[in-house]
Amino acid sequence: MARAKTMPPRHRELGLSDQQVRELYRTMVLARVIDERLWILSRQGKAHFVLTSRGHEAAQVGSALALRVGYDYVFSYYRDMALGLALGFTPDDIFLSVLARQGDIMSGGRQLPNHLSSRRLRVATQSSSVASQIPHGAGAAYAARVLGEDFVAITYFGDGATSKGDFHEGLNFAAVWKLPAIFFCENNGWAISVPLDKQMGTATVAERAAAYGIPGVRLDGCDPLAVYAATREAVERARRGEGPTLIDAEVVRLTPHSSQDDDHYRTRDVLDEAKRRDPIPRFRRYLEEQNLLDEAEDARLWDELRAEVIAAQERAEAAPPPPPEEARRHLFAAEGR
Amino acid sequence: MAQLTFIEALREALRLEMQRDPRVVIMGEDVGTKGGVFRVTQGLQTEFGELRVLDTPLAEVGIAGAAIGAAFAGLRPVAEFQFADYIHPAWDQIVNEAATIRYRSYGDWSCPVVFRAPSGAGVFGGLYHSQSVEAYFAHVPGLKVVVPAIPADAKGLLAAAIRDDDPVVFFEHKKNYRRYREDVPDGEYVQPLGVARLDRPGTDLSVITYGIGVYWAREAADQVASEGLSTEILDLRTVAPLDREAIARTVQKTGKALVLHEDNRTLGVGAEVAAFIAEELFESLDAPVVRVAAADCHLPFAESQEAEIIPNPTRVAAALRRLASY
Repeated sequence: MARAKTMPPRHRELGLSDQQVRELYRTMVLARVIDERLWILSRQGKAHFVLTSRGHEAAQVGSALALRVGYDYVFSYYRDMALGLALGFTPDDIFLSVLARQGDIMSGGRQLPNHLSSRRLRVATQSSSVASQIPHGAGAAYAARVLGEDFVAITYFGDGATSKGDFHEGLNFAAVWKLPAIFFCENNGWAISVPLDKQMGTATVAERAAAYGIPGVRLDGCDPLAVYAATREAVERARRGEGPTLIDAEVVRLTPHSSQDDDHYRTRDVLDEAKRRDPIPRFRRYLEEQNLLDEAEDARLWDELRAEVIAAQERAEAAPPPPPEEARRHLFAAEGR
Repeated sequence: MAQLTFIEALREALRLEMQRDPRVVIMGEDVGTKGGVFRVTQGLQTEFGELRVLDTPLAEVGIAGAAIGAAFAGLRPVAEFQFADYIHPAWDQIVNEAATIRYRSYGDWSCPVVFRAPSGAGVFGGLYHSQSVEAYFAHVPGLKVVVPAIPADAKGLLAAAIRDDDPVVFFEHKKNYRRYREDVPDGEYVQPLGVARLDRPGTDLSVITYGIGVYWAREAADQVASEGLSTEILDLRTVAPLDREAIARTVQKTGKALVLHEDNRTLGVGAEVAAFIAEELFESLDAPVVRVAAADCHLPFAESQEAEIIPNPTRVAAALRRLASY
């Protein structure tokens, strides 16, 4: 779809600079490069478990751009590695966590990979219990009201999570009190092996918003600019005191659910269609059209990031395991109980 | 020193903590306008406003989860469950979330939430307004579980629970909400969590108990006192963590221990107390440890059947006599 030459590029219309969209692309590629390394580590038997954000990068990085990092509260789930990179986690943080090494800032080697956590960044620690973070997002948004501050709380989850009671109870709570909350569904259409039409009676997640009396926005989650625009609008609504928004970002899952899964339940057609919608080549084409990137620069970027990521992996592999004598540490505030 | 009921003491603790710390909020079903179905929070919404004493939707996962989320963002919520019987939907939030937040973030985050609920039988509550559920939670690492018995502790332990930087599950026996008026210290009053209280000193027998068991033990001790038996009553107050030193002191003193609670016998708190005594205090014992507890059954509405299942002072006295004569 060619746009008239006279129209400003989409990112400028949204108030994003050339540098910001280059950075956005860089973070998406960084997540992809790490993701590729993690699967290699898994096959080498060095990583016990790998969860992927591959195919979700545009939704995660595009939405993060609409947040005040370190001020707004973020409740994420196990697919949100690219989101973590956009919020300030480093490749070293990711590898130390995947390999459960000392120095893992997320959990000290206690949690499975991709369980982001940083108090400094206001990214809440997450469990592996699907949807449990959704009422947390509502509660943090309630705290904003009590404290009289204008932070928002954004909560990420997959389409499978919307079947759980936590989803209903969290959204209902936030809607009743018109709380500054954004509920962001990364809808890839698959809850491990169960497709969307066996997950819900509605055709979309967005239309569930009507049940709570809040806006539901369905969008192409493989387009980071569309994601940014919708998230920014939801954040602005929330800060204005107009209540929560449910965002239904249609993304793709480009890998099996995890390293313990083999995708045998998805047909070749389904996988090809997912691949066709891959957000990364698509955003690269956009940048090329805008003369913000050319083939040689792109190749250099991937090489540079691969080198950076391998270095981070090597540092993590050299780090010691967490000390066994600290296995019971941090059960309570006062140690030794 | 005022004479207060258990419920008045709870309310005073909530009011003082909310006055002291603007981060303290109350959330639950009917806690606001109505002041709670048992009126624990009566008058608090008028004093602190509808945001700080929040009427939530009827949804226990939402109450627990929103309280946890609010704690992530800097508040110190007191989440009320209308009955302990209805805390079960929130099990995942309390056990998989609240209890693990500090541990799983290597001390970076904490979860200072108090989960309050009325528990206990003897009020014609049937299966779903009578349960004692403290042992489930006492099994979970990362949770503190408090079951106060007397009005002074209702105040002092609730204040401590609110000030604690970790999640606390707090059970109040609804049968005793208004039954006794006892001395409660005026003004700020905080009792430490994890420390038992010697309710009554004695020399021949020890009753190790908590919650309503303290009152059953008092009556039973009075009954056997006329027979020349001196009974010491230890009120655990906190069932997790257990005050093992206090248990050791009383067992070493009397050599005969009866463990008492209204919760079911099998895998109840008493099982852990008895196991601790068997492992660590065997040489101090003059008799096997005796447990008096509910009969591993649901709690029926009909008084004639409920009375069969839960302990009472007469049964405790009978057990004390058997223990004394061993």
